[in-house]
Amino acid sequence: MSEMKLSCEAVRQIEEVCDKFNNDAGELIAILHECQSRLGYLPEPVQRVVARKLGIPASKVYGVVTFYSFFSMTPKGKYPISVCLGTACYVRGADKLLEEFKRVLGIDVGETTPDGKFSLDCLRCVGACGLAPVATIAEKVYGRLNPADIRKIVDEFASRE
Amino acid sequence: MKKINLTIDKRTVSVAPGTTILDAAESVGIAIPTLCHIDLKGTCVKNNPASCRICVVEVEGRRNLAPSCATMCTEGMVVYTNSARVIRARKTIAELMLSDHPNDCLTCPKCSDCELQRLVMRFNIRTMPFTGGEQSTRKKEVTAAITRNMDKCILCRRCESVCNNVQSVGVLGAVRRGFDTTIAPTFDRMFKDTNCTYCGQCVAVCPTGALTERDNTDRLMDDLCDPNKIVIAQPAPAVRVALGEEFGMKPGTIVTGKLVSALKQLGFTKVFDTDFAADLTIMEEGAEIMKRLKAFLAGDKSVKLPIMTSCCPAWVNFFEHNYPDLLDYPSSAKSPAQMFGAIAKTWWCEKRSINPKKVVVVSIMPCLAKKYECEREEFCPDGQPDVDYSISTRELARLIKRANIRFADLPDTDFDTPMGESSGAGAIFGATGGVMEAALRTVYEVYTGKELPKLEFTEVRGLEGIKEATIDLNGFPLKVCVAHTLGNARILMDRLRKGELDYHVVEVMACPGGCIGGAGQPYHHGNIEILQARAKAIYREDEGKPIRMSHKNPDIIKLYEEYLGEPLSERSEQLLHTHYFNKSID
Repeated sequence: MSEMKLSCEAVRQIEEVCDKFNNDAGELIAILHECQSRLGYLPEPVQRVVARKLGIPASKVYGVVTFYSFFSMTPKGKYPISVCLGTACYVRGADKLLEEFKRVLGIDVGETTPDGKFSLDCLRCVGACGLAPVATIAEKVYGRLNPADIRKIVDEFASRE
Repeated sequence: MKKINLTIDKRTVSVAPGTTILDAAESVGIAIPTLCHIDLKGTCVKNNPASCRICVVEVEGRRNLAPSCATMCTEGMVVYTNSARVIRARKTIAELMLSDHPNDCLTCPKCSDCELQRLVMRFNIRTMPFTGGEQSTRKKEVTAAITRNMDKCILCRRCESVCNNVQSVGVLGAVRRGFDTTIAPTFDRMFKDTNCTYCGQCVAVCPTGALTERDNTDRLMDDLCDPNKIVIAQPAPAVRVALGEEFGMKPGTIVTGKLVSALKQLGFTKVFDTDFAADLTIMEEGAEIMKRLKAFLAGDKSVKLPIMTSCCPAWVNFFEHNYPDLLDYPSSAKSPAQMFGAIAKTWWCEKRSINPKKVVVVSIMPCLAKKYECEREEFCPDGQPDVDYSISTRELARLIKRANIRFADLPDTDFDTPMGESSGAGAIFGATGGVMEAALRTVYEVYTGKELPKLEFTEVRGLEGIKEATIDLNGFPLKVCVAHTLGNARILMDRLRKGELDYHVVEVMACPGGCIGGAGQPYHHGNIEILQARAKAIYREDEGKPIRMSHKNPDIIKLYEEYLGEPLSERSEQLLHTHYFNKSID
């Protein structure tokens, strides 16, 4: 259920975004994109406000949010981690990298650590295939990663304020 | 208009521009197999996303096979619907669908009525060459009315189309992508936590066993075998014009007498008639119409007009969910089925000195929302339901078959008294416009004190989505409107909210065609002629009745004399009227 309540400020922001796009249902993806960049993620109540503003069923909005992996219904961590599973990275052991991230962080893909510091996602190619396997942490690219390096890198971010 | 000429399977076909290959082929008797496609012509029920590819055909000069449901005919086109290439492709497509489809046809509720199963037989598929994964995001759920088993879903999107485009309820939609795609209620909730009205039209169009009704037949069998229970039946008007189809009879065959015989043979103690309660509904709703009209004409500005019918439980759910600010407009009259239950467990039990706790009232309905309706708290005073449960037309057919009854050979039997007598007005409740016509017959005579010159109000009959008519009531032009499908109801309600709905009485039924197109009826598989034949039968049933106005039904007159006093009396209000709740989700 939508037990989570949105702040008045969040509702105002969503409405502002919808108004900016003239509440045009055809602009749903662009609207969701901007809502996510402002609010960090797209939980149920956000989708409901968007649906109401655009005059479309919430099921339509939910369908789009679940279709595109870019959209997230869980808040991202302070340091979002994305492991590249593109072909080059994959053949150089990205799957083992991903397993190690999961083990070290104790979360699955698409989840966020309880302390809110890390979230884990996969992506396809960041254009650094020469450095495969690659992961990005807080938008910084780490190349030629070895599963043995992961613990150290995570610890380093964890100790930051 | 200029015609387009083409050849299909070496036959020359001439069609209007904008005709699909599928329809063109159909016009010359070539039945291309379809699966995702449905087009209930004359209503807004339509789905052709061309997603299943079962209907592919070969078009000369075109590299790929074309989906015939979504490809328009062009001049000089040469089409093959049964070439070796087409037949091979169709078979492979069906085989791929089977790769992640549960292999449990023998025990599937849709067995023998499943469109996928029919294709498998038609394509002569005898092995399953592909084995696929089973995905875990799909859900199974049994609600008050609908059973959902998404493992059987083939993603045809028919349910999504009716839920959104026809009913405007917007609960069902596709979520996720690729192999994880599933059709689910909003936010992957359970139906009961959404705006679902239980209209069941998703069930009515589902080609497979993914969406079916909640089955109450075992429960009913147990009750019928229990010597301590008095089980009484009340079949709805639309059941008797459709049940025969389940036994190979022509659509539109009226089987009222056989229906009563079958129910008796099944072991029902009494077989009464919901048509009787439909007459009772007209008495109460008619009185309410006249009360509001008189107040309006006397200058009362606060009176809520239009008054809206309230017989359809999916429509009631719809306005409770979406229009909580307008709950004063619908009539407070309960649906006929619920009125029947309330009267059976009071008047009838008191007359016979029967303990109502021993009585099981079973409604036999063309409807799935009725299963939910009788569970509503306000219809279960002190935890004792007025109607214990409801079974659909299809469930009754299954019970009859299970009980070794040869339906076609049954004699005709009359309903039991005193709740078995009904007028033609009660009979037409089953078709869109029927409640309005029934109400007009009584309101006209009671209000004007004059005899109706002509009983039929043909303006409110037929499949048009929104119909209107003006009736002269002693010089007062009574403006009425009839809508079927909830999408059309939404159009009216949005106008009402803006203060732009200029009618005095409005009838709404949730299903296309009214109850004859209900989700509990034998599956129509997209054939509109079936619904048309049922509607015609409903009006034939009316014409064949000696009494055709609710207020002239002798059993109704007796009920008021003996028990209720008059319409809208204190006792009538208590037993036959209800109130509505704000059930908006946001």
